[in-house]
Amino acid sequence: MNLTAVRAIYLFEMARWGRTLLQSIVAPVLSTSLYFIVFGAAIGSRVPDIDGVSYGAFIVPGLMMMLLLTESTSNASFGIYFPRFTGTIYEILSAPISSFEIVLGYVGAAATKSVILGLIILVTASLFVPIRIAHPFWMVAFLVLTALTFSLLGFIIGIWADGFEKLQVIPMLIIMPLSFLGGTFYSIGMLPPFWQNVALLNPIVYLISGFRWSFFEISDVSVGISFAMTVGFLILCLAIVWWIFRTGYRLKP
Amino acid sequence: MSAIITVSGLTKSYASGFQALKGIDLEIRRGEIFALLGPNGAGKTTLINTICGLVNPSSGAVTVDGHDIIRDYRAARALIGLVPQELSTDMFETVWATVSFSRGIHGKSANPAYVETVLRQLSLWDKKDSKILTLSGGMKRRVLIAKALAHEPRILFLDEPTAGVDVELRRGMWQVVRQMREAGVTVILTTHYIEEAEEMADRIGVIRSGEIIVVEEKAELMRKLGKKELKLRLGTPIAAVPGALVSYPLALVDDGHALVFTYDARAERMGITTLLNAMRDAGLVVTDLETHQSSLEEIFVDLMRHAS
Repeated sequence: MNLTAVRAIYLFEMARWGRTLLQSIVAPVLSTSLYFIVFGAAIGSRVPDIDGVSYGAFIVPGLMMMLLLTESTSNASFGIYFPRFTGTIYEILSAPISSFEIVLGYVGAAATKSVILGLIILVTASLFVPIRIAHPFWMVAFLVLTALTFSLLGFIIGIWADGFEKLQVIPMLIIMPLSFLGGTFYSIGMLPPFWQNVALLNPIVYLISGFRWSFFEISDVSVGISFAMTVGFLILCLAIVWWIFRTGYRLKP
Repeated sequence: MSAIITVSGLTKSYASGFQALKGIDLEIRRGEIFALLGPNGAGKTTLINTICGLVNPSSGAVTVDGHDIIRDYRAARALIGLVPQELSTDMFETVWATVSFSRGIHGKSANPAYVETVLRQLSLWDKKDSKILTLSGGMKRRVLIAKALAHEPRILFLDEPTAGVDVELRRGMWQVVRQMREAGVTVILTTHYIEEAEEMADRIGVIRSGEIIVVEEKAELMRKLGKKELKLRLGTPIAAVPGALVSYPLALVDDGHALVFTYDARAERMGITTLLNAMRDAGLVVTDLETHQSSLEEIFVDLMRHAS
């Protein structure tokens, strides 16, 4: 295991993040805070409690999850796409480093950033609404697993994309709508029965539901299923990444 | 001298059916400067990139100091520094950060003193805190060399190191390559400038359409394939080579104003004296003479022509 190399990639990626603090931390925190002010404080005060949880608090896990999904994917995809775009990837590919170590460096850094952002949002939210966390261990477990899974997805997108447009397509056109419809702002129990069944096809429902359970012990689907879905998706992403490196897809001719 | 890189039966075919390498066999000797010459698209970069792990070979094997580049890629790659043809740099990084990063991903612990030596050697020390995007093309090229040297490689690949570099910088680059060799580093370079190979290389390999057509010591190559010519300017032009002189390898040029005699400079008797005597007997007056030895460039052009 070439830990020095993993560390070099990890620190390089974290430094890149540090250089663009305004864009990488301030912007997502600001936009999420706006959601709190609009949906939590302004509109939320007129919305009845959901399963005994005030609406302002109810949306916190959803917003954290939405931020986690979009930031993990965009961060990780950019992290690997940019060296491909500039050509500096040659150095990574010709270094004495295994594909696992490459992924560990890039995905580890992207996941770390998302987890930090998620925690910042949590602290920010606690300034607006009272938050309690019923199962801190599971909260952290869902947070880390989801950050890892979607950073892996981002890594895959960054390798698949052959232009900056494609880099944006999946986060904007798939992840964003699915997380909006996945119960960020509501319980899917509020939907008509037909749409409840449709919502169950949305994988993000399971992520948000499990995460919300770790806070308030309320959930749309059972926690076991949520956890299994999260781990299942993680394994799927790992399998795709393994295939990418085995075949050299878009990396080696 | 022992081989540090052994390439055997290496082929590379692309999905399109294009065969970039057609069974390359090549040995690079420890400590030499090896120049790989060939026209555009001959497979120079493909060969280098395959050895460095950027291209998956279709068949064949490569060992670097005894380590197979696929089975034992860590040991093989740890010995190699690569300077690519394209100026691919992390534009927003500083010189210091990018060179230190290169050292890190090769698994070497930080060594500021060594990085400083490399940067000073390449005249980059006063630019160490500059962002790469602010540097000129020649400096970026040197940053890439510094990156390749950051992990103290034993083998350095330079893919077109002086393309688009001005004359002064090119000479500076040659200086660096010589220093590398003195430090015991094996250098493999590809170049378009045959003058460069002539100036630098110990041995020369010529690649054409994915095949190595010649590998030879530079001096030997120039001696074997080079010709020496003696041009004799005549007092009065003639219409044809006189009958008494047809046994000599002579060509009539410049509308009959000059004769060119091609001879082997290594031979014990080159035949110049007898030729001159024969010419006097034939009544030809020589007003001027000049000799010319083929350059590597002419040899190269000849090789390309003969091979096609």
